[in-house]
Amino acid sequence: MILLATLLVLAVAALGWWLARRRARQVELRAHGHRDRLHSRPVYHGLYVAIWTGVPALLLLLAWIVVQGPVLDALLLSSLPQDVVRGLDENARAVLLNEIKTRAAGNALPGQPAPYVLEAVQRLLRWRAIADMAALALSLAVALAGLAFSWRRLSPSFRARKAVERAFTWLMLLCASLAVLTTVGIVLSLIFETMRFFTMVPLSEFLFGLRWEPQIAFRPDQVASSGAFGMIPVFAGTLLISAIALGFAVPVGLLSAIYLAEFASGRFRAVAKPTLEFLAGIPTVVYGFFAILTVAPAIKRFGEALGIAAAPNSALAAGLVMGIMLIPFISSLSDDALAAVPNALREGSIGLGATRAETIRHVLLPAALPGIMAGVLLAASRAIGETMIVVMAAGIIATLTLNPFEAVTTVTVQIVTLLIGDTEFDNPKTLAAFALGFVLFLVTLALNMLSMHIVRKYREQYD
Amino acid sequence: MTDRTEQKPSETAKDATAENAAADIDANGRIDWHSPQMLARLRRRHAANRRMKFIGLAAILLAAGLLSILVGSLLKSGLPAFRQTFITLEFDLKPELVKPDNMRRGKWRKIVKEGLLRALPEDMRNNRKLKRKVLKIVSRSAPYALRDHVMKNPHLVGRIIPFDVLASDPYDQFNKGLLPEYVGAGERKRPNPKLGGPEVVRAFRVLKEQKRVSLPFNWGLFFNADSRLPEAAGLAGAIVGSFLTLLVTFLISFPTGILAAIYLEEFAPKNRFTDFVEININNLAAVPSVVFGLLGLSLFIGFFGVPRSTPLVGGMVLSLMTLPTIIIATRAALKAVPPSLREAALGVGASHHQMVFHHVLPVAMPGILTGAIIGMAQALGETAPLLLVGMNAFIPDISNMGITEPATALPTQIYSWADSPERGFVSRTAAAILVLLGFLLAMNTLAIWLRQRYSTKW
Repeated sequence: MILLATLLVLAVAALGWWLARRRARQVELRAHGHRDRLHSRPVYHGLYVAIWTGVPALLLLLAWIVVQGPVLDALLLSSLPQDVVRGLDENARAVLLNEIKTRAAGNALPGQPAPYVLEAVQRLLRWRAIADMAALALSLAVALAGLAFSWRRLSPSFRARKAVERAFTWLMLLCASLAVLTTVGIVLSLIFETMRFFTMVPLSEFLFGLRWEPQIAFRPDQVASSGAFGMIPVFAGTLLISAIALGFAVPVGLLSAIYLAEFASGRFRAVAKPTLEFLAGIPTVVYGFFAILTVAPAIKRFGEALGIAAAPNSALAAGLVMGIMLIPFISSLSDDALAAVPNALREGSIGLGATRAETIRHVLLPAALPGIMAGVLLAASRAIGETMIVVMAAGIIATLTLNPFEAVTTVTVQIVTLLIGDTEFDNPKTLAAFALGFVLFLVTLALNMLSMHIVRKYREQYD
Repeated sequence: MTDRTEQKPSETAKDATAENAAADIDANGRIDWHSPQMLARLRRRHAANRRMKFIGLAAILLAAGLLSILVGSLLKSGLPAFRQTFITLEFDLKPELVKPDNMRRGKWRKIVKEGLLRALPEDMRNNRKLKRKVLKIVSRSAPYALRDHVMKNPHLVGRIIPFDVLASDPYDQFNKGLLPEYVGAGERKRPNPKLGGPEVVRAFRVLKEQKRVSLPFNWGLFFNADSRLPEAAGLAGAIVGSFLTLLVTFLISFPTGILAAIYLEEFAPKNRFTDFVEININNLAAVPSVVFGLLGLSLFIGFFGVPRSTPLVGGMVLSLMTLPTIIIATRAALKAVPPSLREAALGVGASHHQMVFHHVLPVAMPGILTGAIIGMAQALGETAPLLLVGMNAFIPDISNMGITEPATALPTQIYSWADSPERGFVSRTAAAILVLLGFLLAMNTLAIWLRQRYSTKW
């Protein structure tokens, strides 16, 4: 029904567009060469009428969709016999409402419904029909009113173009604000769920606790029935894997960038650059599978050769594969930083007799250092936030260790494992994922801001 | 190793200053460029230069080597899954087994078993042990495939028909030479238990000698829905799901991203708010993807009540992630349009809006499309946010797919398969990854082609 109303509104808007444009065209033809020409081209007259016809009515429909469900729920609850509703808490009411809605949709449920439920089903269906008709009639009325209003304002001297352009500017501003709204949405939803988490688990335990055992007991007398939510071991695991990844990727990526920027021939560059970019475009789930298929068994064999027992999902395997993922990222950012160093510095150094290596070490690297640092910080932020590689290749149990052959878990692994298949946000287990997500968001945000700050502060030093 | 070479030049520099005072400078203060010390120093410096070049080259080759190991191991384990073992058998569709009035209750397993035994020689047919295990050769989905075939063609009942059935996963692997006939070595060498025993292997060999076993291209990988059986599992559901998700993503993020970028580049006044929006966009581009998943879970699903696991909610989350990419690409494309074009438009009387929408935007469109395709390619490979909004549903039937129906996507399908314990799924996962990489390669090629075909040098 809402869909039908939307289509009808759009049809009316299109009709308004066509009528207004036609009228403006006729005026234009008649007035050809006269003084009282149109201010705006006919298409703007059409658009003006279409905007006034369509936008308010569609906004009304949107609001209707949002409001209808909760309003009907409230009406339905208040129409049920008082003695039934009074004894129920929040959840039981939701279950009852759900039962009524399921039956109203014509789906069978086990058991014989209570008579008041059947009455409520009938009421709900009746109300829904009324609400749908009302939505249809109201939106059409609003559309026609908009049509009439804008139609009456049209005249040859009417500045339709200005009005349409103003509407477009607002639309564009709205789109640009979506980026801000997304950030606000992320922050608000994370804060909201995190606050709920901290009503169940004290903040000090989360920040300083040394045990992370987020299981929920099935029976109250079970062993370890309480669960523990100390994020230190989870965060330590994240840092261990990220450190391995960066320790591998930063030297390799930086040296590749140096070679590509300063030593390589044009032909070699033409092959190597796209290869590195191809590495950068591979989805991380592919790296994750590569880790379990090839790297983890290789590390296990390597550990056995050294006489060390390596876990099948060792931190080393996840870290190394993450390092492979970061190489092109670091390499391309360092390449940009090196390319941004003015040629005068390069040529000056070589002109004084320095070899290429000396130029790189004493002139280019210090000059490009801010850019390279910014790149490394961005890479660190990516390593900490990287999810699929660690979900597939790292462990689930939080262990506080520095041994790279052992399995550790990370913040992102915990977020995913706590939330897969779970949608109830009423226990500390799922809410803990949001608390971890909030910490993750803050850490990566800080790293990104720091990196942007470094770039901005040192960028134009040589220009 | 890096450490040592990076130390070297500074040592030379120190040496140079120390020796300068002594050997190289003669009484007149002239430098002797050919003194032995000078030549030795020069050799050392050139050696350091060569070392640095060598280390850089080694780093690149290491990266390239890792890439080739990655691609190589995926190809090695994925390529076999592009072919699939089929067995051609004759099935006797006896009415008393088929039950023509209600074929769903027919004894299809028995029909398949008899079909297998018919093909074998007398002595094998009567082997009790083999009789029990002979079904191990064909897929557990074979009876259903035969049933569906007969239900579509009811006139076949009562006849003996030839029909190609899927081999089971162990025999598929065995036929491709990936599963050994015996496991263990020396004393503990024994027949591979996955193959069901030596008599079943012998029966399979007989079928092979009769040229009943074929290994055609695996169209099922692309056109079958997901299944718990590796040999019957295909990517059709994931491909359709990814397509629907990307459609939603594109419809939201493409117009929004372009309008936002036009506003920021062409209309926005230089003020605090605009700066704030820009910082926001740059930050969003670097927020971990899993955080977007949390946003989708708590805001879209929890608060707005968008149905879980659907391409709708997946596409909404991914569109927020691609938005920064599209905005940044669009702004770069708009910046590249020369001022002369703008001034010419304004000069003949266009309004600012007309100048942007009628003249600048069409010229910038190839660049914008390139950015949009690259953004879509990123969205196609994105996994973690889709996992959080539940887009890893098991979809064994693809006849009922829509943007508000539960679905899965290519990367989440890869994740689910990678998690499956059956051996056959390793190969399927690698094959699915190759398919995904194929799509990504095609999209990136399209983007590069667009850029080169329509880019204008001003």
